[in-house]
Amino acid sequence: MLSTSVRQGARQLRLVRNVAVAALANGSAQPIGAQIAQSCEFGSAALVPLKKTELVSLSQVGGNILPFAARGYATVVDGLKYAESHEWAKVDGETATIGITDFAQSELGDVVYVELPEVGATVEAKETFGVVESVKAASDVYSPVTGEVVEVNDALVDDPSKLNSEPFEGGWMMKVKVSDASDLDGLMDSAAYSASCDE
Amino acid sequence: MGSAPFGVLRLSRHCVYDLLRLEEQLLRKTPGRSWLVVNDGVKEPTVVMGISGKKEDLVDSEAARRKGVGLVKRFTGGGTVVLDENSILVSLICEAADAPDVPELFPRALMRWSKDFYDPVFSAHGDFGLSETDYTFGDLKFGGNAQYISKRKFLHHTSFLWDYDPQRMKCLLHPPKEPEYRQGRGHLDFICRLRDHYGGGREAFLGSLTGALDARGLEWEDIGLEAVRSMLSQAGGAGALQSTKRVPL
Repeated sequence: MLSTSVRQGARQLRLVRNVAVAALANGSAQPIGAQIAQSCEFGSAALVPLKKTELVSLSQVGGNILPFAARGYATVVDGLKYAESHEWAKVDGETATIGITDFAQSELGDVVYVELPEVGATVEAKETFGVVESVKAASDVYSPVTGEVVEVNDALVDDPSKLNSEPFEGGWMMKVKVSDASDLDGLMDSAAYSASCDE
Repeated sequence: MGSAPFGVLRLSRHCVYDLLRLEEQLLRKTPGRSWLVVNDGVKEPTVVMGISGKKEDLVDSEAARRKGVGLVKRFTGGGTVVLDENSILVSLICEAADAPDVPELFPRALMRWSKDFYDPVFSAHGDFGLSETDYTFGDLKFGGNAQYISKRKFLHHTSFLWDYDPQRMKCLLHPPKEPEYRQGRGHLDFICRLRDHYGGGREAFLGSLTGALDARGLEWEDIGLEAVRSMLSQAGGAGALQSTKRVPL
């Protein structure tokens, strides 16, 4: 089943995932319930192509089902800073909110467990601050900035899947009081990060 | 390629708790060096859970206590296994440079890479495949996998069922989530003994593992346990994570 939703308020296109195979013979497709909203605006978000091509079926207005080939995309949100290791940082004054990107969660697979630092701990830029488990793998996640952890997202303990479903919103991982603002200079903007994912 | 040859560490009947702690140190404290660690049999029968495992969901604690089986939680992901003298544990601790065909270190890509790595070892002995995250002959599991991914290095370890004791398997509860290919089969109905498929015997299997390194053109050298311990001691890093824990039953 292929599903995508567009959040008009945040102008984001959620990651297209799962593969829907459409029958191409006779120009008809087997509908699998897939819909892609085509009327969304992408003013503040970019789409980063994932390294895979999928055959999908589109339900058009009027009920016609048509097959077409499309690439999967991950969302990259403007206004955030990005690390090469696929974490994002949203800076608000002295505090940075940290999470993993849509690209990262797609590559990791379904997240089943998250380990976060303690509030009050010190994290260092480019060093491990936590662990996520997915598909039999535990993977380190790295802090884009140095500073003191002032808040962690406890909701991830009970529902680690938020990292997959809401990587930029409900899937945030920690908030850090940044001690060295120059750390942010070493991070990428959305355009540079998009380009790096496409390499 | 990495800057040094693969270190090949061959152990026998090593305590699995000590083995896992050793592996984590090799992962974190030997930059520029990759390892193949082979442990032929486990000293004391032990149930080993993954990093997120919950004893109450996965282990029949009463059965484990009765049978004298211990419990360890390891630092890697993945499921729960019973390890004993019948288990052969093989760990690949690799610099990314030694897996150049994996552009970014993510779990599914590494799982596929590992299947390719083991093709020279198993493909002549049956319908060898990667079923989700398990090594199988046909639809029968003979090897379970788990990984840890850290910066530009990863650990992929496998517990091979050379043989198994069905009574000890009763220490394991049916997991809350099972692979689709298991299709509801009982545990003993979806696993098989590697010894029943691998012609040539146990020693031949153990000897074949460095052949997989040769097949990839990877240089390797045998390194003894004392030399490894000395290397790790000199590396320091007292603050390195040690996430493997013994769990009381």
